[in-house]
Amino acid sequence: MRMFPVLCRLAWRYLWRNHRRTIIMVGAIAVGVWAMIFMTALTRGMVDQMIRDGISVLPGHVQIHNPDYLDDPSISNLVALDDAELNERYGEAGFEAWASRVRVPAVITSERESRGVTLLGIDPAAEEPFSFVDYDDVEGRFLEAPDDKGIVIGAKLARTLETEVGKRVVLMSQDPDNDIADRGFRVVGLFNASMPAFEDGYVFIGKQAAQKMLRIGAATTEVVFLGEDYRDIEPTYEKVVAGADGTVQVSRWYEVDTYLGTMLEVMDGFVLIWVIVIFLALSFGLVNTLVMAVFERVREIGLMMALGMKPGAILGQIIIESMMLLAVGLAIGDVLAWASVQPLKDGLDISIVAEGMEMMGASSVLYPKLYLYDVVLANIVVMILGFLASLSPAWRASRYEPVEAITKV
Amino acid sequence: MNIVLRLAWRNLWRHSRRTWLTIGAMVFSNILLVFMISLQFGMYGLMIDNTLQVFSGHMQIQAPGYKDDQKMRQVVPDVQPLAARLREELDSDLVAARGWAFGLASSEERSYGVGIYGVEPGFEPNVSNIPGLVNEGRYLVDNSAMEIVIGEVLARNLRVAVGDELTVLGSGVDGSFAAAVVEVVGIFESGVPDIDRNIAEMSLGAFQEVFYMNGAGHQVVLFAETLAAAPLLQEQVKGMLPTGEDLIVHDWDALQPGLKQAIKADMSSAFFMYGILVILVAFSVLNTQLMSVLERTREFGIVMALGLRPGRLGRLVMLETAMMGFVGFILGAIAGAIVTSWFTTNGLAIPGMDEMAAQFNLPSKMYPRVNLLTMFVGPAVVFVFTLLAAVYPALRLHKLHVVAAMRAS
Repeated sequence: MRMFPVLCRLAWRYLWRNHRRTIIMVGAIAVGVWAMIFMTALTRGMVDQMIRDGISVLPGHVQIHNPDYLDDPSISNLVALDDAELNERYGEAGFEAWASRVRVPAVITSERESRGVTLLGIDPAAEEPFSFVDYDDVEGRFLEAPDDKGIVIGAKLARTLETEVGKRVVLMSQDPDNDIADRGFRVVGLFNASMPAFEDGYVFIGKQAAQKMLRIGAATTEVVFLGEDYRDIEPTYEKVVAGADGTVQVSRWYEVDTYLGTMLEVMDGFVLIWVIVIFLALSFGLVNTLVMAVFERVREIGLMMALGMKPGAILGQIIIESMMLLAVGLAIGDVLAWASVQPLKDGLDISIVAEGMEMMGASSVLYPKLYLYDVVLANIVVMILGFLASLSPAWRASRYEPVEAITKV
Repeated sequence: MNIVLRLAWRNLWRHSRRTWLTIGAMVFSNILLVFMISLQFGMYGLMIDNTLQVFSGHMQIQAPGYKDDQKMRQVVPDVQPLAARLREELDSDLVAARGWAFGLASSEERSYGVGIYGVEPGFEPNVSNIPGLVNEGRYLVDNSAMEIVIGEVLARNLRVAVGDELTVLGSGVDGSFAAAVVEVVGIFESGVPDIDRNIAEMSLGAFQEVFYMNGAGHQVVLFAETLAAAPLLQEQVKGMLPTGEDLIVHDWDALQPGLKQAIKADMSSAFFMYGILVILVAFSVLNTQLMSVLERTREFGIVMALGLRPGRLGRLVMLETAMMGFVGFILGAIAGAIVTSWFTTNGLAIPGMDEMAAQFNLPSKMYPRVNLLTMFVGPAVVFVFTLLAAVYPALRLHKLHVVAAMRAS
């Protein structure tokens, strides 16, 4: 162990003896690491946005349903808890936000057209943290209270229906007895959404108006909860379970939206594969550099061994050299990645492929996300694999016969 | 063999380990490139075919504005005679007329909004894969029977089976109330939840009666023999449109704007990754060739003293690189083709990909296909960059001072 500082100094000096080679290798490592982290940040940003958008189309982080609702999203499968009961159970539990709502498929009809939509009966104040609608960016006004008598629809839907603020539309759905439930509403606002599909697919009315129209008393179809971070929802989940009884089913967001859940998993896998592929491409150069570095100084190595340096120290020295090379490359790559993500903080506009991104469920502005976890993962993977890759050249260097090595031309 | 070639070849194998490592980097990247590019292009082809075969076709005749608004009254008048005439004049069966309406489908227990296509039972199977996906009951037969075929999820949600009756409510082309009782004769399963949940088909004759279409429809779908032949057919069809009527022929890109863009988005991220791989290989080559030039400084000094021009030496270095690159090119392309072929027969299944694949109408198992283009395009780019990387070491030779070089240690 006493040898360690000496070995480090030796390794560092050897590294810069052939500075061109070292610089090229450091360059390669830096580019590789930059690519690993930058690409990961872009992908993460995309998935993050998708999930945020996805969660903002309402699942929240954790939901309560009637146990049959997910399989059969019908008005018959209600959550029979009224607001007072819910408040008693969850009012003080310390969620970021929670809301109960009525969500059913419905048909909206103007005097011109009809379309299928998802009808949401909401309490506008409780719903705001969940909503993909910016309440202030609404033509006309958004709903003001649970007993609001108006309806808010998407701007795109309004064009299709040829309707506008102030006009009347009819909503049609079914009540729990499968009788047609319909009611006229006055359009009070038109909302804009980041994805056209949202503008087409959702309409908002007051929760009490929905309950009255559907003849379901004070019941709702789902209660949604928001924790701090969508990646860490277990605390929220446990709190919700604690307040639930046997009549309801508690689900996590990725159980409700399996597409998004899979997306997240696939992306995690992709990040790891990408990091490893890049490293493998780098490893050839790394091993090459080490082989050359050893080859050039076979005689010196022989001499050192003849003077009493242990093979272990030779091995250690080569490995330290390799680790130093990697560390310098990693440091530069990390800084590069950080520097290239910074200017994109405000979003990378990729609206030329907006409709394609929408097919994937992503929006047209990409916000790269640099997670410490990904940076650490990339760095650790490179260091560990780099260590393994340098074992073979280092081992060979430590196995030279001193006499043979010294006399080698 | 020419003496220069022989010299270059021998120089290459002076450090066989180094050369093999550099070639290894090329082969590794080439295998990945061949595999990924084969997979990608196979996937794009499938994505396009599968998506277009659902409903879009290669092109559609529609009324102006219908594509964006899908309003009932934006009709193609006398749609069946038009389709019949096109079939005859084009001598092709890949033409079918359709209508589309939105309606509320009600069973005894449930009601859901659905998109209802009116199709020509005799010709729809030629332009859509939905008829072939009926796995319970049968597809439509009679052009005027009050029958309906619905998606599997919809059937489950409505709690109906083959033989049950559905009530369909909607609005007719003139905005009047439309209603009909139809019998479920078939249930299809496409595997795409959105389609299985939201789509129903009835025969065009019955559709026109229910929705007061007066002989009109909303689209004529056409397929060309191949995707590549579509633009030509589109021109032909344009010339055959009835004069005096305001109709438009949309190509598939206009009908499915997300498709090309999704491909573009995917391609650009893929090209970024390929670019990084190629650059890393170039670094590897640069490193190797620079080393090989530097360690021969003395030798080069001597031959230059004997009268050899630096330009010739430079060409020698380039020739060595080209030889090395060529070995990498051939080995990489062959190994890549072999690896890919293995997946061609066995298929590639990525766990968790099913749901993502379904989003793009892709099967859950992928079969990449190698052809000459996908086999050679990646390795060729690697080869070019290999040569470019050797330019700097080759040019350095011009800076060599003969005397100093001969004295170099």
